[in-house]
Amino acid sequence: MIRTILFAWVGAAVALAQIDPEYVAPKQNPHTSPADLKRGEQLFLGHCAGCHGPKGEGARGPYLARPKLRRAPDDAALFELIRDGIPGTEMPAGWAMIMKEVWQVTGYVRSLGRTAEEKVPGDAARGAGLYRTKGNCSQCHTVRGQGGGTFGPDLTEIGTRRSASYLRAALLEPEKTVPEGFVQVHIVTKEGKTITGVRLNEDTFTVQVRDLNGVHSFEKRDLKDFHKDPGKSPMPGYRTIFTAPELDDLVAYLASLRGAS
Amino acid sequence: MHCSFLSWSRLGAVLLLATANCLAQSPPGQRLYSANCAPCHGPTGAGGKAPDLTAPRYRHAPNDQALFGIIRFGIPNSGMPLTRHLTDQDIHAVIAYLRTLQETSPPPARGNALAGRQLYRTKGNCSQCHTLQGTGGATGPDLTDIGARRSPAYLRESLVNPEAAVPENFMVYRLFSLIPDNFLQVRAVTKDGRRITGTRVNEDPFSIQIRDSSDRLHSFWKDDLAELHKDRGKSPMPSYRVLLSEEELDDLVAYLVSQRGGL
Amino acid sequence: MKRMVLLIGWAATAVGQVSYDRIRRADSEPGNWLTYSGNYSSHRFSKLDQIDTTNVKRLKPAWVYQIQAREKTQSTPLVADGVMYLSEPAGEVTALDTRTGRTLWNYRRTMPKGTRGCCSQVNRGVALLDDTVYVGTFDAHLVALDAKSGVVRWDTTVADHNLGHSITVAPLAVKDKIVVGIAGGEYGVRGFVDAYHAKTGQRAWRFWTVPVAGEKGVETWAGESWKHGAATTWVTGAFDPDQNLVFWGTGNPGPDWNGEVRKGDNLYSDCLLALDADTGKMKWYFQFTPHDVHDWDSTEVPVLVDGVVRGEKRKLVLFANRNTFYYVLDRQSGQFLAGKQFAKQTWAKGLDDAGRPIRLPNTSPTVEGTKVYPSVPGGTNWFSPSYSPVANLFYVAARDEGGIYHMGEAEYKPGAQFNAGGFRSIPGEEPAGAIRALRPFTGELAWEFKLFSPPWAGVMSTAGGLVFGGTNEGDFLALDAATGKILWRFQTGSQVKANPISYLSGGKQQVAIASSNALFVFELE
Repeated sequence: MIRTILFAWVGAAVALAQIDPEYVAPKQNPHTSPADLKRGEQLFLGHCAGCHGPKGEGARGPYLARPKLRRAPDDAALFELIRDGIPGTEMPAGWAMIMKEVWQVTGYVRSLGRTAEEKVPGDAARGAGLYRTKGNCSQCHTVRGQGGGTFGPDLTEIGTRRSASYLRAALLEPEKTVPEGFVQVHIVTKEGKTITGVRLNEDTFTVQVRDLNGVHSFEKRDLKDFHKDPGKSPMPGYRTIFTAPELDDLVAYLASLRGAS
Repeated sequence: MHCSFLSWSRLGAVLLLATANCLAQSPPGQRLYSANCAPCHGPTGAGGKAPDLTAPRYRHAPNDQALFGIIRFGIPNSGMPLTRHLTDQDIHAVIAYLRTLQETSPPPARGNALAGRQLYRTKGNCSQCHTLQGTGGATGPDLTDIGARRSPAYLRESLVNPEAAVPENFMVYRLFSLIPDNFLQVRAVTKDGRRITGTRVNEDPFSIQIRDSSDRLHSFWKDDLAELHKDRGKSPMPSYRVLLSEEELDDLVAYLVSQRGGL
Repeated sequence: MKRMVLLIGWAATAVGQVSYDRIRRADSEPGNWLTYSGNYSSHRFSKLDQIDTTNVKRLKPAWVYQIQAREKTQSTPLVADGVMYLSEPAGEVTALDTRTGRTLWNYRRTMPKGTRGCCSQVNRGVALLDDTVYVGTFDAHLVALDAKSGVVRWDTTVADHNLGHSITVAPLAVKDKIVVGIAGGEYGVRGFVDAYHAKTGQRAWRFWTVPVAGEKGVETWAGESWKHGAATTWVTGAFDPDQNLVFWGTGNPGPDWNGEVRKGDNLYSDCLLALDADTGKMKWYFQFTPHDVHDWDSTEVPVLVDGVVRGEKRKLVLFANRNTFYYVLDRQSGQFLAGKQFAKQTWAKGLDDAGRPIRLPNTSPTVEGTKVYPSVPGGTNWFSPSYSPVANLFYVAARDEGGIYHMGEAEYKPGAQFNAGGFRSIPGEEPAGAIRALRPFTGELAWEFKLFSPPWAGVMSTAGGLVFGGTNEGDFLALDAATGKILWRFQTGSQVKANPISYLSGGKQQVAIASSNALFVFELE
């Protein structure tokens, strides 16, 4: 039985991860002509931009417009990552591309990183203080296990997942950058109770919602009104709460959050 | 005798200690084999309760990787258990040793396999209960690769004294507990007086499934049975001690030994 | 009463054999489910009415069987005389006692290295004939097992798995042969429908779905693109004993998303074929999506019904296609009679009088991506529709999901995927689906029951006035067959991606459905 499972995984890995099972990846990118780069951009816009942003600035997926990519120290590693995806994450295998196309995307992603390293003015230590006090961010967010908030996304690795400019935009206009999985919903039950919160799960018959009071579960047939507000966010905008220097500090702090420890 | 994991790991430990000096000079694979595998597969790999490992090809292991998997994880629904206590290195050593065993040629079988084939079909009437290469009944075990799974001595004894070696399979391999597969003979009497005798197909605290001698399947809730007897050590297979001469037995065994699968 | 029934005990019938004759007359023994779609006409309809609209709310699990494979299962079981035969991923089989759910035997198979498939190592079901169970395997073998013990009777290699061939389809027992299709449409194979002699495993005939140089139809493939034309055959078809015809759907042309390298209609991809059951010779074909560039396999289940259309009594085949159109064809000639869209689409203006789609411009895949409805999985897919002769409605689980299609370079390498592109979902959209009831001879919508997400489970209708279906979120549900009102549901805990069946066990009606790694059997409390 386990043998069958083992072989199934091997077979699936071969089928999914490698389009050509006999391809041996060279150490350096063999497709770096201007035409390759142009094609790489086209492919990037088609396959990658949906998660990584049209300029690799990050969205659902991490931002790529930087010289050092944590999981891809060299071209061969980046090629393999695009080809095979990252198991256990949302990064899928590039099964729809042949090897040449994967190299072309590799070249284009590297070219994105040749932009100057993002400048992040501001003091991260001061920003940490603002996070706790004026920002009151822990009410909804967690960092390294600390914080009351499971209401909003965990921020432990946010510095690797979003560019500083994205983070700034998220603080100023949260409704333009609602992450996936945090759809705001509005519910009125037949008994007149009103709940606005983040949808945890939904199916044809039921919906589960989280607000600041906790988790609520409903049968849809018991609801008078149920609608989703996709462009809405329970997160307040901080434009009027922070001064410009304070915003810089908070962004610096968030950009420094790159994982546990 | 059950080849239970606990009993032969203890046995294995004893063997290891007792023969440590003698075997200290022999290759690690051989030592591990003697301690862990020999009780079922025979001291020289010729088989016994478990398959003959001197065969040139292993049915379940077309290559080293598969063989590693079998030794590590066992084979579900069979007597082959997993080996949590062996390291990867240990298993590789055993595999190396097995490969040397495979190079030895099999002992010449007494008896004439062709004559044995005739006996299987005629005097033996074995197809009534056994399948061989796709044909035959399903009351008893499938014999398609019996030559690779049991030694000649074991096969002879099964013919002469079937009740000495009723196939048993209640292994620790209950990880994937599916069917007991051990041909236990059972007798049931229902509350409304029907009597069924057959081999147990499956059982749980509340129900039992039985295959009778006409190959019919029965399923009962235990609540509906007045009696249920398990006749351990009993077999519906007749003994051939009287029916077949010594020479005929040799021939039939030679035929069975030649059945090594490959459907 | 229950006690009495149980006291009597239960044993398999003396014969226990599923003859061709019994399958032909499957409608007369609704206590069994002898073939994949219930009967040869693929109605997936149960004549049992013990469970009906008044008592279905008392439906409860009787037992659950858990599959030990890691892969989710898409299998539909068969039941004959109290024994359920369930195939499991990669081509394994288990026989279960329907009364207790206990295992009677297993057939286990080691997959060799190097098997390939687009999706996962599923197996959609077995066939039964006489005292043998037939199963296709992921490494492209057809295996015959003794129905009483699971012992292998024969094992035939159908195709080379190293080139991307696999078998996921439930075979179809027809007369004295086993008909089986092949998968591998994403690997540049050439598709075929095979028939094997049930007793020996010898091949009786093969119909290649893509012609070779010199054959009629090859002119619909530019250059030598026919060599990797795909058009695989991975869903179980139908059989009409009176016409002696097997009806089978074919899949997408290869490579999936780049039509430039294979200009032409690409026969016989995306077709319904009518093949002579004895010889495999094609009597007629109808192509649903000529020169398909979206991977809209026409491997859906063809449903055979007789009715009056255009003033004449006709033998018909009803087909809800992946391309979102529902077709009514004359099954004696293949003539197109009616067609109507049943799911959201943006690629065609409609169908012309011959049933050919009138394509809209700018709907083909591009390098940057083109948004089109439906997405690659289509308006419906391999999972079964149902026809109820009582309600006179055709039921289909429909998907209203769009996708972004990419075109890539076409580069064939044996054993490697040959898709020339890919697809992904439309960001920010939450597509939905529905179970839809269509008027069978026109495709007009009678009612729909909306589903939260586009389904992957088939439907079954019953004489008890019910339609059973499943959802991705784990619900197994029963609707009123006449109105679509929800009457019952059960949360199975994981995606339902299979077809339901119904049968009797010890005189009691049971409904069975596979759900990811479990098989649930329900009966009235």
